[in-house]
This record gives sequence, structure tokens and C-alpha cells, in this order.
Amino acid sequence: MKRLLLCATALIANPVFADTFAITGGTVAVGDGSQPIPNGTVVVRDGRVVAAGANVAVPAGAPVIDASGKWVAAGIVAGFTSEGIVDGEGIDETYDGAAGKSVFNAAIDVSAAINPTNQSIAVDRAWGVTRALVSPEAGNSIFAGQGAVIDLGADDMPVTKARAFQYAELGEDGAGKVGSRPAAYVMLHDALAQAREVARGGDWGRSKDSLITRTDAAALVPVIDGRMPLVVHVERASDILQVLSLKLAYPSLKLVLLGASEGWLVAPKIAAAHVPVIAAALGDLPGAFERTAATESNVGRLEKAGVAVAISTIDVSTEGGQRNLRQYAGNLVGIARVPGMSGLDWGAAFATVTSGPAAVIGMDGEIGSLRPGRRADVVIWDGDPLELASAPVAVWIDGVAQPLTSRQTRLRDRYLTPQEGALPKAYER
Amino acid sequence: MSNKLAVLAAAILLAGCATQPGARPRSGSSTASAKSDRVAEPWTGDPFPSTYRAYPGVPTLITNVTIYDGEGGRIDGGSVLFADGKIAALGRSVAAPAGAAVIDGTGKWVTPGVIDVHSHLGVYASPSVKALSDGNEMTNPTTPEVWAEHSVWPQDPGFSRALANGGVTTLQILPGSGNLMGGRSVVLKNVYARTTQGMKFPGAPYGFKMACGENPKRVYGGKGRAPSTRMGNIAVDRATWQQAVEYKRRWDKYEKDGGDPPGRDLGMDTLAGVIDGKILVHNHCYRADEMANVIDMAKEFGYHVTAFHHAVEAYKVADLLKANDVCGVVWADWYGFKMEAYDGIPENLAILQKTGTCAMIHSDDENGIQRLNQEVAKAQAAGRRAGIVIPDEIAWEWLSFNPAKALGISDRTGSLKPGKMADVVLWNGNPLSVYTRPDKVWIDGALLYDAHDPKRRPVSDFELGQPGEGDVK
Repeated sequence: MKRLLLCATALIANPVFADTFAITGGTVAVGDGSQPIPNGTVVVRDGRVVAAGANVAVPAGAPVIDASGKWVAAGIVAGFTSEGIVDGEGIDETYDGAAGKSVFNAAIDVSAAINPTNQSIAVDRAWGVTRALVSPEAGNSIFAGQGAVIDLGADDMPVTKARAFQYAELGEDGAGKVGSRPAAYVMLHDALAQAREVARGGDWGRSKDSLITRTDAAALVPVIDGRMPLVVHVERASDILQVLSLKLAYPSLKLVLLGASEGWLVAPKIAAAHVPVIAAALGDLPGAFERTAATESNVGRLEKAGVAVAISTIDVSTEGGQRNLRQYAGNLVGIARVPGMSGLDWGAAFATVTSGPAAVIGMDGEIGSLRPGRRADVVIWDGDPLELASAPVAVWIDGVAQPLTSRQTRLRDRYLTPQEGALPKAYER
Repeated sequence: MSNKLAVLAAAILLAGCATQPGARPRSGSSTASAKSDRVAEPWTGDPFPSTYRAYPGVPTLITNVTIYDGEGGRIDGGSVLFADGKIAALGRSVAAPAGAAVIDGTGKWVTPGVIDVHSHLGVYASPSVKALSDGNEMTNPTTPEVWAEHSVWPQDPGFSRALANGGVTTLQILPGSGNLMGGRSVVLKNVYARTTQGMKFPGAPYGFKMACGENPKRVYGGKGRAPSTRMGNIAVDRATWQQAVEYKRRWDKYEKDGGDPPGRDLGMDTLAGVIDGKILVHNHCYRADEMANVIDMAKEFGYHVTAFHHAVEAYKVADLLKANDVCGVVWADWYGFKMEAYDGIPENLAILQKTGTCAMIHSDDENGIQRLNQEVAKAQAAGRRAGIVIPDEIAWEWLSFNPAKALGISDRTGSLKPGKMADVVLWNGNPLSVYTRPDKVWIDGALLYDAHDPKRRPVSDFELGQPGEGDVK
């Protein structure tokens, strides 16, 4: 729970810090795949959602926020990001992603690096992004390390869950780390075998020819146990099948596929393996030979086959930040109108950026929707949250109202009239 | 002499002939000038002329449709007619000539084709393997002698995605930004051809790519040579421009006085063409202070900057850009991906518009080029929330007419005016909505994409026989 004093938002005349409050009259988007509910009510108590939908009673005495004409939606969960671990991709000095000089890989825990005052957090928060899956990138190993789930709240406690998943590169990128695809599999199998040794509790008899450190092996124990999802980045259909086969040797593995541009070619097998996918929503170019079959219909086809899908900005530009996830989700609705293309209905599309990313790492009971009991990450939008003209007018994280300002809004206000006045711009604030 | 050649070039263009004046001695029959035995100033010619030919179309009337004409005009429930590759008429009611295809556009929108003034399709093609990385000759900080068209791979699958998803009908391919002077650009019609010349927009002026800021200093500083700083960037630029001034002076003297023609320098040709105003400068430049430096450098050497691209901080100096007649070419909301992009704001385009500065969207991205209409919608919405209300039909200028102006082709494309190229997109809804996609795209009146007809969906050579061939993309 967070209890920091924060700015009131424009919508709320009196800051709402009550333990209980209700938002009424808006179109409610729960984020669990269901369709928007007109004239719904959302009730929040102690930072959790009590209820959301039609015919929800407002608790006696609870402050009520009127959202008539607006949308009340689950906060967006960014599917796979570097949120909070880099101040700019080209600003190397601030970069806490890939650790090419480290002897450790799988053991790296990205949660130690999250900086809640990173400016992209403030920007994305003002655009309704309330949680993010944050991952390190692979350095000199196929293992990148352990990703975290964070909130984007304006406070000094960003980590919702540390060590939420392990991330590994296979496919072309994994091959690039160690020389070839088969070499990457040898490395993976060796590492998992070492982890199994550690899990058995016997002597740590790291064989001389194993490259994995004891610390890394220990970090992989919850992976082979199935307590920690293993997010694997692959794109090519044949690579996907190879990854699915890992469950033969390690049946407890909780696999998640990241990327999977050619997933639609093997969608029934992914569905049968009950492996969820975090895909690029709109990757439609053969940007690499392993993505020759890429199409914007990938997500729709996967969903139709019964695969649980979330989206991320992987393989498409992220320069506009995670706020553009909603645009990608909106496109998945739009393409459903194009003959031959497979898209999603509105509820399913919104879920790819809310409960979907939460579900793939097993946290949809906690975040990602307005279903009862979830953390109260709630956004009031001035219109359809997937539509380009819409913007948030209020954001709560864990039931706490959030500021909607950032360096961007400050710069905008300073330069709405570019000319200097009686004093230089540096005196305007 | 150079003026005469320009007139000649224009006459040839009007005749629809692919022949261009070349940098060769001209015969007496083609120019009746007393100087006809002299070598033309070499930057006036094009030894690689366009061989583009418009594909056949049928006279087409779209009725009951919302029209943004690209120059700020809007017609609700209107009609647009094009025939023989040209826009014929538009208005509330237009009669269909005999034999015309009539399309009921109820619930749909018609706009000019989208023009991307900044693309690297073909030079950084998909798949992005090393063998296809041809976008930047990063072996010297100034390479004005290279021409992007000699790198363009006309089989890049990206062209079809830009057409089908983005309604892009014309695009400028620029060399990359690792060099201070990257080389000449090429303007293409978005129509697949066997050769780049077959895509080349007939008679479009050449552009010249320059870059300031982080990229050149990083690339060459990393090699332990100049420039390694921003001041080094400007110093190398100025030294090179001074050579160009002297080169052009020698050629102008020869044009005036005769004698032996000066020695030819292919890089200096390009720079002299810039000083001559025949080649348009497209300058990659993010920061406000650096744009000011470049504007003054241009004044020092007598050239004009047509546009600053990636002008993330243009909003800070919108008045300066306007006063110097320089366009701001920007993204909707890219920011923070490098230090010089740290101050990006989504209101950039709207503030430029508010101050009356020439402004437009651009992609610089093989994905973003498929959604430039959506980028404009975001920029427009950001402006509206900041109190800058820009109607849809005005916002569309950022997508077609203003880019056409920056490319020097607005007399031929970029808006739906009678007599202009029939570069037309029929959208299946409001094109500023996320839920909308192109329904049909015509280029020079030829139907080159139709969402309802898989045969009107181009498949590049690279994609033949590959997984996903001919699929919806």
C-alpha cells in the first residue's frame, strides 16, 4: 500500500485519499476480456477493487466520482519493457539492461535497478500505464536474468514483485550470443541440468566444463520447479516447437513465449501446450529471416486457436513509450474489419494490455483488471482508451490518485509560446 | 545556362518523357544557345533518369464520401472523380462519365495518398541483415557523392506494407545519419518495379541529407577522427561548404567565360547543386540550438535548409524556423530514446502549426510508415488538449501537401486538385481513428491495393516461396 501525498487530478476537486470511493456513470472496461459496460460503477476500498460493473451498489458514505461520458478502465500493464532501468536507449551511461561484462547472468535481478523517478515512468503513468513487466536483456549469455513487475506510481516503492520471471534468448538472438541455435540449446540444457543438481541439494559439484556459476544455477531452481515462469524469446515456427519440447525434459517448466511472430503457423501446438504468448501486436515485416511469416493477424489467429495472448512493443518501435500499447491494441480491433485479417474484439484487445500480460506471469489474480480483489489500478479516460484522440483524466495506482504531470507537460507549458518574454525561458516554471 | 536547362527539364517533364538533361555536351539542336558546345554545370543533370510509368487505370468516381483534399479543404458527402491518371473533379456532386467505375463511399473517407518525407525503405531493407544494410556510407564524415538510389533494393517487402496499411503513395528515401553529409536522396512512387529507376518519381528534385548532433560525432569520434564533438561537426561542415563555394565559382566562371571546363568532383556537384537551389537540404537535427547553428551556417555559404527532420525540439524555436522558411519534420510522440531526443513532447506538431511554421509528420521507420495517419491523429489530439484546435482537414496537410512541398513536388501530388496525379486513398472509416485502414489505394489512377482483392496485394520477389507469402500483412 502506498500512502504518499500526491497532486489532485483535474477531475477531482477534492483529492480522494479515502479508503473507500466509487466511480459512477462511466463506461467500465474491466480488462478481463469482457466487453465494455455502459453506465457502470467501480468501487475501491483499501487500495483494492471491491466491484466493477453494472448494478454495483455504492457503499454508504463513500465519496463518489462522476465519470459520466467517460470511460473507467483497468490500468494498462506494459507487457515487456525496460521501464525504469534506462533513461534513454541511446544514453548508455544510464543503461541497466544487458550486462555484457558480468560473470553472472540468470542470477541478475533487475528489480535492484528500478528508478521510480525515471522520466518515462511519469510520462507513461499519465497515459494510463500503471504496471509493467521489466526485464533485463541478455548480455553474454542466453540468460538475461530475472525480471520484475513494477508499478508506475509516484512514490519510492516501485517493485510489485521482484524475480517474477526468468528471461532467455533463443532463436536468432540466442544464437548470436553463443554462436548458433544448437549451441544455445546446449547452454540451456547444461544450465538447467546444473540447476537440477542444486535443487537435489547434493554437493555443488559443478563440473569443470560447465560455464554456469553456482549463483546462476541457484537462480534457475525455481524455473525448473515451475515456481518462476521462463520467458523465452523466439520468433520462428521451428524455434517455437523446439521450445515447447523443453517440457518433455522439464515438465514443470512454466514457459512463456515472447515474440513468436510465426506463432500462427503452429498455433494449435502452442495452445495444446498451454503456453501463453507475449507478441508484437503489429509486427508484419520479415525483419529477420526468422520472421518471414510475420503478419498483423498473428495475435488474432493465436487467440482463435485458444492461446492466451498479451502484446508488447517488442519488434516495433518503442520511441513513443509504453503509452502506445493502447494504439497497438486498437489496431487489433481495426484489422478485424479488413477482409482476410484476424483481429480481436474490443474486450479481447484491451485484455492484451491489461490482464493478458498479468496472466502470462501468473499475476492476474493480483493486477491487470478491475475484477474484485485486484489492486485498484484505475484510469478514467475522456473517451475509448484504445482510440487515438483519448487521454486519461485521472489515474489511481493501488487506489492512490496519481499526478498526470511530467517533464513533457512542463516543457509543453513553457513553450506553448516559443518566444522569450521579459526573462529567459529558464525563469518560467 | 542553368536556368535554360531548368526550363528544358520542366518541358520534358510535362511531356511525360523519361529523358532528362544529362551532364554531357548538349547538341545544338537541343539548345540553340551560343554556349551549347559547353559542358553543362554538372549538378543540373540526372544520369539515372526515372523510367517510372503509370499503370493503367479506369475512370473512377467515388461518391457519398468524406473528402479531405490535402490543402485544408473538406467536403462531406462529396464525390471525387479521377481519370487518365489525374484528378478530374471533386465536389458535392460530380457526374460520372460513361464507363466510369462508381464506388459508393458511404461511411468512408477519401484523402490524397500519404507522403513520407523520411524513409529508409530499400536502403535499410527487410530482412535487416548485413548484406542489405546499404543506408549509410560511414567511411567518411562527408559523402555528398553517394546517391541513395544506388542502394535502394526495390524488392524491400516494406514498400507493400506502407502501401497497404499506411496508404503511402510517395516517399523520400534518404541515406542515413552517421555522416554530416550523407548524400543524395531519391523520391519514389510507391509502386514496385524491377529497378529503382522504375520507382523514381519523375522529375522530383534531389534532396540532400545532412545530419547534425550526436550521430556523426559518435560514429567518427568512435573511429578516433574528426568530428568527435558538435563543434567538430560544424567545423567539418564549414570547411566542406567552402570547397563547394569555390567549386561552384569555377564552374560559373566557365559558364560565363568559356575555356576548359573545370575538373569534375562528384561530391562537389551535389553541394553546388544545393547552393544553386536545385537540390533540397533535408537536415537531421534534433536540438533547438543546433538548428539555429545550421541556419546561420546555411546563410554563411548561401544555401537554404528546406527542412529539419527529427526536429524534436522544433517547438522551442518555431518562430526561428518560420522566420527562415524552414519546415519542421517531426514524429508525433517519439522522445527520450537518446539525449538529443530527451525533450520531445507530443504537442510539437501543433505548436509548429500554431506559429504558422511549415510542419509535417515523418516516419524514419519501416513500422511507423504504416501508421502515419495515426501519428497525426495523436499529434492533433495532443494539440487539442493544449488548446490548439486543428481541424482534421488541416491536420491532413501534415500527411500529404506539406511533405509534397518539402520535396518540391506539390505542383504534381499531395492534394486532390484537378490536374494533379490521382494518388488517392479510400479509407474504410475516419482515417484519424485507430480502427481505420485503407480500403483501396490508387497511384496515378491505377488501383494498386484493394483490401477486398488478394490479387491487388503486392508480393515482393523476396517473399515468393517463403512462409507467409501473399498473406494479409
